[in-house]
Amino acid sequence: MMKSGIRRDLLVAFLALAVFVALPFVYTKPALRDFLVYVMAYGLLAMSLNLLVGLTGLVSFGHAAYFASGAYMFGLLMQTGRFSIPLAMLVTFVGTALVSLVIGAICVRLKEIYFSFITLAFQMFIHSIILTWVSLTGGDQGLRGGIPRPPFLGVDLSDSTTLYVFCVVVFVICVTVMRQIWQSPFGYTLRLVRDNPVRAMFLGVNVARVKLGIFVLAGAMASVGGMLLALFVSGAYPEFGFWTTSGEAIFMIMLGGTQLFFGPIIGAVLLRLLEHFVSIYTEYHGLVLGLVILIIVLGLRQGVADYVVEWLRRRKETRQASSDKTSVADAKVVEREAI
Amino acid sequence: MDFEALSSCASSGACIVTQISTALIIGALLFMVASGLSLIFGVLGVINFAHGAFYMAGAYFAYAAYQATGSFLIAFVTGALGVGIVGVIFERFIMSRVYGKDVLMQLLVCYATILIFDDLVKMIVGADYKMMGMPDAFALPPFEFAGGFIPPYYVFMVVMSLSIGAGLWFVIERTRLGKIVRALAINPRMVGALGINTMMLYAVVFGFGSVLAGVAGALAAPTRTLTPGMGLSILIESFIVTVIGGMGSIGGALVAALLIGFIRAFGAIGFPLFVDGIMFGMMALVLIIKPSGLFGREPAR
Repeated sequence: MMKSGIRRDLLVAFLALAVFVALPFVYTKPALRDFLVYVMAYGLLAMSLNLLVGLTGLVSFGHAAYFASGAYMFGLLMQTGRFSIPLAMLVTFVGTALVSLVIGAICVRLKEIYFSFITLAFQMFIHSIILTWVSLTGGDQGLRGGIPRPPFLGVDLSDSTTLYVFCVVVFVICVTVMRQIWQSPFGYTLRLVRDNPVRAMFLGVNVARVKLGIFVLAGAMASVGGMLLALFVSGAYPEFGFWTTSGEAIFMIMLGGTQLFFGPIIGAVLLRLLEHFVSIYTEYHGLVLGLVILIIVLGLRQGVADYVVEWLRRRKETRQASSDKTSVADAKVVEREAI
Repeated sequence: MDFEALSSCASSGACIVTQISTALIIGALLFMVASGLSLIFGVLGVINFAHGAFYMAGAYFAYAAYQATGSFLIAFVTGALGVGIVGVIFERFIMSRVYGKDVLMQLLVCYATILIFDDLVKMIVGADYKMMGMPDAFALPPFEFAGGFIPPYYVFMVVMSLSIGAGLWFVIERTRLGKIVRALAINPRMVGALGINTMMLYAVVFGFGSVLAGVAGALAAPTRTLTPGMGLSILIESFIVTVIGGMGSIGGALVAALLIGFIRAFGAIGFPLFVDGIMFGMMALVLIIKPSGLFGREPAR
């Protein structure tokens, strides 16, 4: 059962890979490629956040900190000129995991809204480090000088098509890994911790350690999103670590639904599209975005995709119930006739 | 770290007086914002992430009223009451619909509100920095004290903040309304069963917490440059204050706010790069050693 699950996931992964790689060849405008890379980078951010929000019930409001940490660490490592791209990515991945280990060790001791606020506070701390340590990070101008892309193993990322394919491959690998976490026994432990932490504790689960584990994993995964974006735009900016980026990630999750694995990606696509069209008509896209959020939250009172899924299920149930009723009635008639 | 600058400041009375007065007004503002945040959290169990936006709104209301009338009193009242009304509307039509819901939903409505507020300010007033300037009523010669000068407005700010804090403490600890509010924090259903309109009380508490943010904004307006987004840093700092002082403790908020004020004022001379680091480090330390905060009674977990 487990094995066939993995096989199916790999199949889906290869299909996704093929589709993503093929898309820019079908529609050749560079705008589409840019759009897709943004969706992938922010999609990784939102999906890794959903490991915390949807799977574990930890609503982090500071997830963009690890996104920014990924972008800056990667950029700085590459600027030293002593690292190849895969090595720098690996070091950044581990480095961000360590950062989120330190922050997470403090944060997971708190519950619910307290947790949200303290993750936000630490994110603002990291943002303020980026802003004040000008000699290292370039302050509010962002990481200057561009990020070099030396070829490795015969792969030359200065070619835009190769760069795009590289992003797609990294993205699909990360999503596949997260899918395995989502389906693993560890993933089900996380659901247990979300739904009934007391029971999890009685079953011998070390709740704090499990939470810390997923916090670190999610942080490291978010850093990959940051790395992709830094690689693509050849720079890193403090906005990556600003609270609005975390807010956007949360909104993506809500648009796409917390209980669907692929929900956040759908949300990332929807939000990017929304922002794209809103910014054509008005410079006040925060206002429009805010109103859209309020309408959705107060109107549906849950995520858009969660709402759709629930609506479909309810419809199916009522249909089934009505068909059950008629079949029961039929059975009664038959019974009576038999008597 | 620049200890030389610190010690040279410490040897000059003028510098010490200036820095202490700066520390006190930072502390006074933080205390008002943080006690509003803490009050709302203590009674309603929600953290109002839009509290910083309310502070900003208070400052802009005061600015607009001062531009229109030239009277600081009117500006102050407009800031306080305007934000109070905004707060009650926000509570009634937006926040109250997500009580007891997912934390995610509460976060999102606050996020949306901050976005809307920031953009409304950009739309109506403009995104550039605004200065309100010192009101004429306070255009007095500064007090001289140990060789240093203290603007009268600073004294007014600190006195206002302390008397509001004392009033808040008195209402909550010594009056019937305060008793009901405290009961509401512990057992809202029981309070409802006793025939008290809890929904209205929630709105009142939320409105009052917002008024505190508005007062802080209005008081800050003459001394600060106004920008959209000015609310965020004070929101984060006042959160640090409530964590260090303990959620729901007014005395704790006062002590912690003054502590942060002194760190900021003297850190600006001695270790400007580490000010944020020290504040966050202290917060982390308090969370590890005493998660309920220095003066908090109940554990925060």
